[in-house]
Amino acid sequence: MKDKTVNLKGGLGQLTIPIIAVALLVIFNLIRDPGFFSISITHNNYGNAVLAGNLISIINGASELAILAIGMTLVTAATKGQDISVGAAAAIAGSVFVKVLKSGAEISGGTVILAFICSCCVAMIFGAFNGTLVAVFNIQPMIATLILYTCGRSIAYWINGGATPTVTSPIINAIGSFAPGIPIPMPVIIVIIVTILFKLLFHFTSLELLTQSVGINQSAARLNGINTTFIKLLSFILLGVCVSVAGIIGVSRLGLINHETLLLDVEMDAILAVAIGGNSLGGGKFKISGSIIGAYVIQMLTITLYAMKVSSTDVKAYKAIVIVLLVVIGSPVVKERFAKLMKQRKKLAKGGEAA
Amino acid sequence: MKRFSKVLSLIMALVMTLSLAACGGDNGGSNNGGNTTDAGNSSSGGTITVGVVNNPPSESGYREANVKDMEAVFSKENGYELKAFYSLKNDEQLQAAQGFITEGVDYLLISAAETTGWDEVLTKAKEAGIKVYLFDRMIDVDESLYEAAVVSDMAKEGETAVNWLLAQNLPEYNVIHIQGAMGSDAQIGRTGALDEQFASGKMKKVVQQTATWDEAEAKKIVESVINSGESFNVIYAENDGMAKGAVAALDEAGITHGTSGDVIVMGFDCNKWALRELLAGAWNYDGQCSPFQAKIISDYIKSGSTPSSKKIINEEKGFDAKELTQADIDTYGLGE
Repeated sequence: MKDKTVNLKGGLGQLTIPIIAVALLVIFNLIRDPGFFSISITHNNYGNAVLAGNLISIINGASELAILAIGMTLVTAATKGQDISVGAAAAIAGSVFVKVLKSGAEISGGTVILAFICSCCVAMIFGAFNGTLVAVFNIQPMIATLILYTCGRSIAYWINGGATPTVTSPIINAIGSFAPGIPIPMPVIIVIIVTILFKLLFHFTSLELLTQSVGINQSAARLNGINTTFIKLLSFILLGVCVSVAGIIGVSRLGLINHETLLLDVEMDAILAVAIGGNSLGGGKFKISGSIIGAYVIQMLTITLYAMKVSSTDVKAYKAIVIVLLVVIGSPVVKERFAKLMKQRKKLAKGGEAA
Repeated sequence: MKRFSKVLSLIMALVMTLSLAACGGDNGGSNNGGNTTDAGNSSSGGTITVGVVNNPPSESGYREANVKDMEAVFSKENGYELKAFYSLKNDEQLQAAQGFITEGVDYLLISAAETTGWDEVLTKAKEAGIKVYLFDRMIDVDESLYEAAVVSDMAKEGETAVNWLLAQNLPEYNVIHIQGAMGSDAQIGRTGALDEQFASGKMKKVVQQTATWDEAEAKKIVESVINSGESFNVIYAENDGMAKGAVAALDEAGITHGTSGDVIVMGFDCNKWALRELLAGAWNYDGQCSPFQAKIISDYIKSGSTPSSKKIINEEKGFDAKELTQADIDTYGLGE
């Protein structure tokens, strides 16, 4: 609690950059089209009253990314590296989810829960595999996860025999779209639930502190009796849970699993979300709220570009420009220069007053 | 002692090279023998040996159906002996084709991974009297080296689809065009005909974006159009998956689609699940990209006639939701 008050006094701290980014995008869009963020209520084709509009599209569309960014933040903080296999692992998790759903005769609440548990376990096992390579064998995270990145989608292919199976069920539709009676998209609610679960985890355990100490100085942490191997492994397993949830949302949105395209290239966006969120990619201190905002920044950027009818082949290039700016502004070098500049100004101002 | 061992190793090396050469000679001999006996077999016993060099079924739903079709047509019951080799790599395919030639197959069927590098192998096949058919993909070689190529015409698929759309006689055409991966054969072919309509002003382009075959991306593109408030009445997606993504966006926004809806939904590839959407009236049109070349080739083999043209365009259908039957789904649908 003390920490928070200090933060408030000293401005937004780590969250300055992501919040400025959001503000800039909002202002830009409002100038471009004042009605950009208007929200309306429509009835979807299943007869539910639902919220619609660009804002909903942004918050809804960023759900998978936000969940992955949470897990990625933990891995980054603990291991000083990133997991680049999350997209491929999500394809595996999604394939397992569909496989289990299809093996039953009928899709009911029970089978969905069973499928979720199975997919979650598989994703955690793959997470543990990555984690073992990193924590036990001390392989660089990017290299260790490169293995699953390369072969993950092939594994996903084997699970369902190469086809792109479809699942149609009101329950699946409710998970990926809107549940009857709730006007807020279900993926958004899932993001909120996952965030709360992580907050609770940090509140009731000392995981946050342990992860940070492992990331800041591994040897010091070990000397203080922290099991660094376990903390690193745990971060990958928790990321596995996030991967599975993200994969299931992705599958449920469309009622179809395409192992080649499900959450394609999401790993880079997830790492970016962590970076935009003001977290150091070199590990140590972290804030999952920053990463979540980072995910929304990325999605807002994409939706803005689509709304401007920028060709989707060019979207990535424009995204890159904005992200370069954000990352450079957020870099320690620029921050230091900026701080120096401010000091000089203050001095000058004081000097002026004295004269 | 050292010198002795050197001499010994030299002798050993010599012996080994000699024996290798001898082996090679032997091989050649037995292969030739094999060739003649095989030829004798096929003429007397009536079984025709067919060597198929193809891409692996894991490549896509299309390929899966293609491989199954080959296996079904060139079966024992139909009087064939099928030898198949699958690889995504051109050099492995070349080796396999070489192998089939030395084994002495009667016909060689090729869907090449790459268009180049096939001259030598096909010349050898010709010298050995093996007839070559290309399917699905063309190869950069002289036409005289193969009997015929049975291929799809992606541009024609696009034309068929656009002609169907024109036949719907809508008062106006406001089209959301979702493209496949830019530069792919399927994208270029399926985009061409629609681009002509945009250019002539007959149809209005609301938005033309590539979703690179990604369903989720297609959904986002349609969502952004809906949010912008622009009106549209046609969704032309260049494959089934992207059409499904687009429809998910329509469903969330409460926009009706299909045979009795406001928006016409068009897809390509004819996956079974997509055709079922058509049958349910949720979509309007699905264009076929036929993986079924085996029957055409088999007909030429059985009749013994030479194809009149070197390039045989595989007849492809476009399915209208109003005319589609369950039987069509069973015959033409891909996957499950």
